Amino acid sequence: MNGRIINPGQAEGEAIVSREPIGFYGGIDPKTGIVIEKGHELEGQSVTGKVLVFPCGKGSTVGSYVIYGLSANKVGPAAIVNKETETIVATGVILAGMPCVDGIDIDQINTGDRLKVDADSGTVEKL
Amino acid sequence: MHLTKEEEKILDGEQGEVPARMLRLLSRLGDIYGADGMIPVGSVQVAGVSYKSIGDPGTEFLEDMAKKGAKVQVLTYLNPAGMDLENWKEYGFPSDFAENQLRIMNAFKEMGIVITATCTPYLAGNLPRFREHIAWSESSAVSFSNSVIGARTNREGGPSALAAAIIGRTPNYGLHLDENRVPTVLVDVSAEMDYMADFGALGYHVGKQVKNKIPYFKGLGSPNTDQLKALGAAMAASGAVALYHAEGITPEAHMQDTSGLDTISVGTEELKATYDTLNTGDMPDIVILGCPHASLREISTLANEVKGKSLKKPVWICTSRVMKEASDRMGFTEIIEDAGGHVVADTCMVVSPIEQMGYSTTAVNTGKGANYLPGFCKQSVVFNNVHELIRRVTE
Repeated sequence: MNGRIINPGQAEGEAIVSREPIGFYGGIDPKTGIVIEKGHELEGQSVTGKVLVFPCGKGSTVGSYVIYGLSANKVGPAAIVNKETETIVATGVILAGMPCVDGIDIDQINTGDRLKVDADSGTVEKL
Repeated sequence: MHLTKEEEKILDGEQGEVPARMLRLLSRLGDIYGADGMIPVGSVQVAGVSYKSIGDPGTEFLEDMAKKGAKVQVLTYLNPAGMDLENWKEYGFPSDFAENQLRIMNAFKEMGIVITATCTPYLAGNLPRFREHIAWSESSAVSFSNSVIGARTNREGGPSALAAAIIGRTPNYGLHLDENRVPTVLVDVSAEMDYMADFGALGYHVGKQVKNKIPYFKGLGSPNTDQLKALGAAMAASGAVALYHAEGITPEAHMQDTSGLDTISVGTEELKATYDTLNTGDMPDIVILGCPHASLREISTLANEVKGKSLKKPVWICTSRVMKEASDRMGFTEIIEDAGGHVVADTCMVVSPIEQMGYSTTAVNTGKGANYLPGFCKQSVVFNNVHELIRRVTE
């Protein structure tokens, strides 16, 4: 699958897929990498070391700092794949130096798929 | 987005890791928004200053940037902090909060940012000129500079403003371009507009309806800059208005074509209904004025209202450190303190932890404060003009 480079880098990992948008501030604990938003489809699950796949970000702009914090605390996802990356997530992955690609048909990806994200060329491959 | 050779070199790391990352952020945002290239900015205002807003993740990011030697290239000011940076103890701000807030201020200072924390930089020594490109963050300051001054800025997030300060440039899109500054809705005002609170109510009412459109006002009379500040602040809070024009008042209004635009009419009835909507509380625990930060004129108005009286509830007027010094010198601060009030600098009610300080009903005279207090600070709101609010806490 070909998409757009939001932030370069390469990563391989297990996909964790959210069909609904993710708000990082108040949504994911930057100390543990666990989704804490009440009622979110990923509530209670860890994003650490996985390829986090979701349509787009939502909520507070402080979410960018949470993405940075996840990475600085070494509990962040290995990469992010979006349908469309908006500014909060774009800002966060660039601050964090996290590989990120958007413009991907995420309906073709399921939780548990093994993915190779090449954000230097903007491609996502199912292994 | 097109980058110059010089910008490409920065991106390749010629100036180090921080500028490379900051330029990548700007260039990616430019791609997302369809910018053709970058333009130099004359000044920056960075948001995301209060510890209450950015928490540990933001604090640690800023400290890391400072440690890596990040330095700003242009005049850069800050949004309000979460407390008065000098008198926080006296006003009852929690000490663990203060400790984290001071870490944030130190990180900004190390980067060369002027730690004048205000939502009215234009009243505190950061005044852009007509048509100057700038990168400001705080929504009321963005509205004032675009609308009343005619400078050009998008509403920047904290990191994108910081990046613009470090690179000295911003992507050229949105309100930097003439074609995106034309009015998209007409607002015909027939209500009588006397107090700043009236302008706040008008702004709240219009912002709710127009969301992120560009309103063109007719019938505003002859407002002063404090009233225009209140109008823009409320529209930016209840909607996402970053630019408005007002016939015969703002500098770009005469260049605009308003034919064929939808019209919103605001009369006495609509204004009164807005007052009713904004009032969700009864007796205030505290009165907080100065959202956005009060001008010296607003501080002197409050001093006149409270002179020789005894306040039964705390009254704060929030302002920049610069205005507070003028107020001290003129004796306004002393008059307000003698009555039992405070002139609080560097912070504001929205970003300070008032809900942790035992207050649950706050009285305000601005539409912006009335808009944010219920959500951000879990407050019931009493909304009225300053004369009426002071009457309620002195009788």
